[in-house]
Amino acid sequence: MPLPYYVSPEQMMKDKAEYARKGISRGKSIVALEYRDGVLLVAENPSTLLHKISEIYDRIAFAGVGKYNEFENLRIGGVRHADMKGYSYSRGDVTGKALANAYSQALGNIFTQDIKPFEVEVLVVEVAEANGSKNEIYHILYDGTIEDEHNYAAMGGQADEIRRFLKDNYREGLALQEALQLGVRALMVTQSKALTELDLEVAVLDRTKDKERRKFRRLPPEALSQLLGGSR
Amino acid sequence: MTDERWQAAFRDYGNASFIELLRATSPHLLPTLSPGSAEESPPFAAPHGTTILAVRYRDGVLMAGDRQATEGFQVAHRKIDKISKADELSGIGIAGAAGPSMEMARLFQTELEHYEKVEGAALSLEGKANRLAQMIRMNLPAAMQGLVAVPIFAGFDEKDGIGRIFKYDITGGRYEEAEYFAQGSGGKDARDSLKKGYRKDMSKAEALRGALEALMDAAEEDIGTGGPDLIRGIFPSVKTITRDGFGEVPEDEVRRACEELLAERKGRL
Repeated sequence: MPLPYYVSPEQMMKDKAEYARKGISRGKSIVALEYRDGVLLVAENPSTLLHKISEIYDRIAFAGVGKYNEFENLRIGGVRHADMKGYSYSRGDVTGKALANAYSQALGNIFTQDIKPFEVEVLVVEVAEANGSKNEIYHILYDGTIEDEHNYAAMGGQADEIRRFLKDNYREGLALQEALQLGVRALMVTQSKALTELDLEVAVLDRTKDKERRKFRRLPPEALSQLLGGSR
Repeated sequence: MTDERWQAAFRDYGNASFIELLRATSPHLLPTLSPGSAEESPPFAAPHGTTILAVRYRDGVLMAGDRQATEGFQVAHRKIDKISKADELSGIGIAGAAGPSMEMARLFQTELEHYEKVEGAALSLEGKANRLAQMIRMNLPAAMQGLVAVPIFAGFDEKDGIGRIFKYDITGGRYEEAEYFAQGSGGKDARDSLKKGYRKDMSKAEALRGALEALMDAAEEDIGTGGPDLIRGIFPSVKTITRDGFGEVPEDEVRRACEELLAERKGRL
């Protein structure tokens, strides 16, 4: 039996990272923005059936970029984690932090142990309660690196440019309409094409839905065109 | 070998089920673990919930329940709420042993929400009703020991645009009722009362009145059912399920309707 070629660990990690980054940079981007009443998620996604943004639990949402089947698997894993935890303890004990850690562990293990790393990045967003706690936005990379972001986050193909744009243009206390318009402008930074409501997938975690347990809400195209109408 | 790996994705149809997930990963969290023998009855009196009912009316279904749980001949709890939201468009009312019933309702809620999140679409009303039937069957060993849990399930069917009511037996048999149904120790009395008062296409106020009257009749005839408690201010819990979703009838409205009915009775009896 021939011996496998020796590849240094540094080289192997570098190759894997480059491979994953390439896959992610081919995809479209997603931004998350904190606004007055919660957190807004905006994705460029022409499909109305294959979602990139989804609900995980009462106050927690998920967004993924990269390979659909890979982040879809992660999403379902997240729903299972959250529902299991909520059922065996209580609904209030399900936190975005624990979920983000689970994603970080999973992606880290896959990155080091499997031949092919996942070509994905995910966001875990938890909206604050009305009592003045803070929103939480966790950004988890293909190798399990985890960062917590404030005010805004971007990931996907043109994330760097979008982040730069948001750094210059974001301000706190935006209304939903302003936040949405800013998010859409951010997604258009690197392209000449104008994005309409049909190219977008938008959802919010709306803290003001007091009476309801589940804060996640999708904004349908009709609502989007109304909210975007002001800017055109 | 590789065939096995990709084919598994198609066999795994229980993917969206929370109960299947529990069975696979944490079976100790599932209600009813040990079959237990049919001959032994429990050596204790577990708290029991008593009367619940559901009535169809113009906009959907109205569900109501009294607030008392009994333990043998004692009152175990005065303010239990037996009607809970199952999801946006359906509700579950529990009757029978309070512990297993409440656990069943909680598991059912999680099951529906889990399915909705994983699949990205809610189960059909028919699908929800069948799922509940399977859960009641899971409880059969406990039911044989006296811990019976027989819920009423009602919801708004978006496909047909109507409210629908499902009743169950302890073996998980599922039957649809077209007009109204009541379950629990005072169930028969409540059904008799509803039978006299029921009309097609009632308004919400009429349905509320009919439901409260049925619960009062049940409370008069059945020792397990609690009537309106004017001293403590405890009134039946009443919920509606319509196209707009699951909603609660405010306590004020229930109280006023109860007081009207009581005033009428005072003159008559």
